Amino acid sequence: MTAQQDIRADTWSVAGRTFSSRLIVGTGKYKSLEENAAAVEASGAEIVTVAVRRVNISDPNQPMLTDFIDPKKITYLPNTAGCFTAEDAIRTLRLAREAGGWNLVKLEVLGEAKTLYPDMRETLRATEILVKEGFEPMVYCVDDPIAAKQLEEAGAVAVMPLGAPIGSGLGIQNFVTIRLIVEGAGVPVLVDAGVGTASDAAQALELGCDGVLMNTAIAEAKDPVLMARAMRAAVEAGRLAYLAGRMQKRRYADPSSPLAGLI
Amino acid sequence: MELKESVAIHVNGDERHVTVGLTLAEMLRELGLDARKVAVERNLEIVPRGTFAEVQVEEGDRLEIVHFVGGG
Repeated sequence: MTAQQDIRADTWSVAGRTFSSRLIVGTGKYKSLEENAAAVEASGAEIVTVAVRRVNISDPNQPMLTDFIDPKKITYLPNTAGCFTAEDAIRTLRLAREAGGWNLVKLEVLGEAKTLYPDMRETLRATEILVKEGFEPMVYCVDDPIAAKQLEEAGAVAVMPLGAPIGSGLGIQNFVTIRLIVEGAGVPVLVDAGVGTASDAAQALELGCDGVLMNTAIAEAKDPVLMARAMRAAVEAGRLAYLAGRMQKRRYADPSSPLAGLI
Repeated sequence: MELKESVAIHVNGDERHVTVGLTLAEMLRELGLDARKVAVERNLEIVPRGTFAEVQVEEGDRLEIVHFVGGG
């Protein structure tokens, strides 16, 4: 089987839905909706995150996201960005479900504006309530294997630990905990937040994550469409490397050419 | 002088005066919004889209009309 066939047959599933792209992209911070749509196309993403906000009543004819990214072709994953309490997040997602008509959502409950670190107590509480209400929450969380397990037990359909603070572009800070989360999880694990460039995305997949979610790394690149292509390639490369199984690290050199027959 | 009775409500945080008996479907149409692309919350309760044509706004209602926008 060639690598090309491999990657196409290699799918992942969340809450009963199957996807071949392991890259989820955000739709914020773009210069225009046209650029946003072009980047999504180039990324190959099948899921995009979206926010829920008040309609601008004074100008109802503003261009809408749905006119550029077709929710029938791309799965919209409504988020709770900007919510600092379980109640706000739940209220937002109830509206999102009514607007979109589906239960698959991204939950994030933030602890403070400076770091945008998740408030895990509120996040866990919101997860429990949302699951009772029939939601299928993919949950943004700290890179803590215990917290990830608790979310899974509460009914999270995916756990999404941060690699680094949202929008920081610092790359994965703690490989050990991300790997521990992957090893312990019975639901998909996606690195959400902190990716800055292609190698960061590849590393997430090399660690065995099922996918990676990013926004700023693409939207704030000098050429977002080109970066979207790079991220697509990086996610595929990282996944293939994970499947291939990397070599063991050695402390010293080991020659690649045979020593026998040296002149 | 003929004055239609009006009620004061809040829509997305702003006060508006609308005709008594106005339904949500009528209000969305007046605002130029496509009911299929928005969700409405009335006094913190979701209003199912299928009931927009029956639900009439009442004095003091607090409505939130939302839709999907770009976000990470």
